[in-house]
Amino acid sequence: MRLISAYIIGLVFGLGIAISGMGNPAKVVNFFDVAGTWDPSLAFVMAGALGITFIGYRLVLARPRPLQEDRFYLPASRVIDARLLGGAVIFGIGWGISGFCPGGALPVIGTFNAEVLIFIAAMLAGILTARLILKRREQALAARSAA
Amino acid sequence: MITEFTPYAALTGGALIGIASVLLMLFHGRIMGATGILAGAIFPSGARDWSWRVMILLGMVSAPLAYLLFAGRFPPVQPVASVPWQVIGGFLVGLGVTIGSGCTSGHGVCGMARLSKRSIAATLTFMASTALTVYVMRHVLGG
Repeated sequence: MRLISAYIIGLVFGLGIAISGMGNPAKVVNFFDVAGTWDPSLAFVMAGALGITFIGYRLVLARPRPLQEDRFYLPASRVIDARLLGGAVIFGIGWGISGFCPGGALPVIGTFNAEVLIFIAAMLAGILTARLILKRREQALAARSAA
Repeated sequence: MITEFTPYAALTGGALIGIASVLLMLFHGRIMGATGILAGAIFPSGARDWSWRVMILLGMVSAPLAYLLFAGRFPPVQPVASVPWQVIGGFLVGLGVTIGSGCTSGHGVCGMARLSKRSIAATLTFMASTALTVYVMRHVLGG
């Protein structure tokens, strides 16, 4: 049951990406190209997604716990630091170049589009590299505080 | 490349993304962030935490096939970057979302819906960064 619900949720998310156009780089990039071939569609994607999630979260998070787990796993960090904003800047550059974001690209794998497969492979390399950098940084900080 | 303005499809698709986010919180108590779900599937913290992530990813990947069954064609995918740019873009996306702990779905939808100041700051930052990059790519470099 736990795995079936996860599969259906992934399917609904993927259909949302497919129908909305978030998986289509030309539409995504056109949303940001106000000075050129502007297509405001993506504002409607965000409005639909945010509206439902804003209301739905209020109802769900009022419950003592989720249906299939013993607690909610919510991000604990509240700091707005250079790491958060620097990561966001780097992500934005990559998104602007390719037009794919992770949530947009993952469902598109199912179309076997060659470009998305190249994008995903490069993205995985980026994830691995970032984890190595973050681990190095953590070790360096730990070594410094130990010394 | 001109794309058609599709407000109804965009709103419907966006609503489905929202429904998936709410259902994941209701059933599994988790944030519907593509970055976090993918990272946890590649670097699992245990079998129980791994299996649901893999099922979400399988569900996502099978969505185009479901779309094909209803619409009679795959959803349109029109790439805007050549292969070298695709590699650079993909690498930067992977790097950025890992360092910044989230992407459009995690920060932009789920975090903003929770009114997390962290996610609002991240979303405004990457939206500005993306807009500037698109401007440079299209109107300065002329790619």
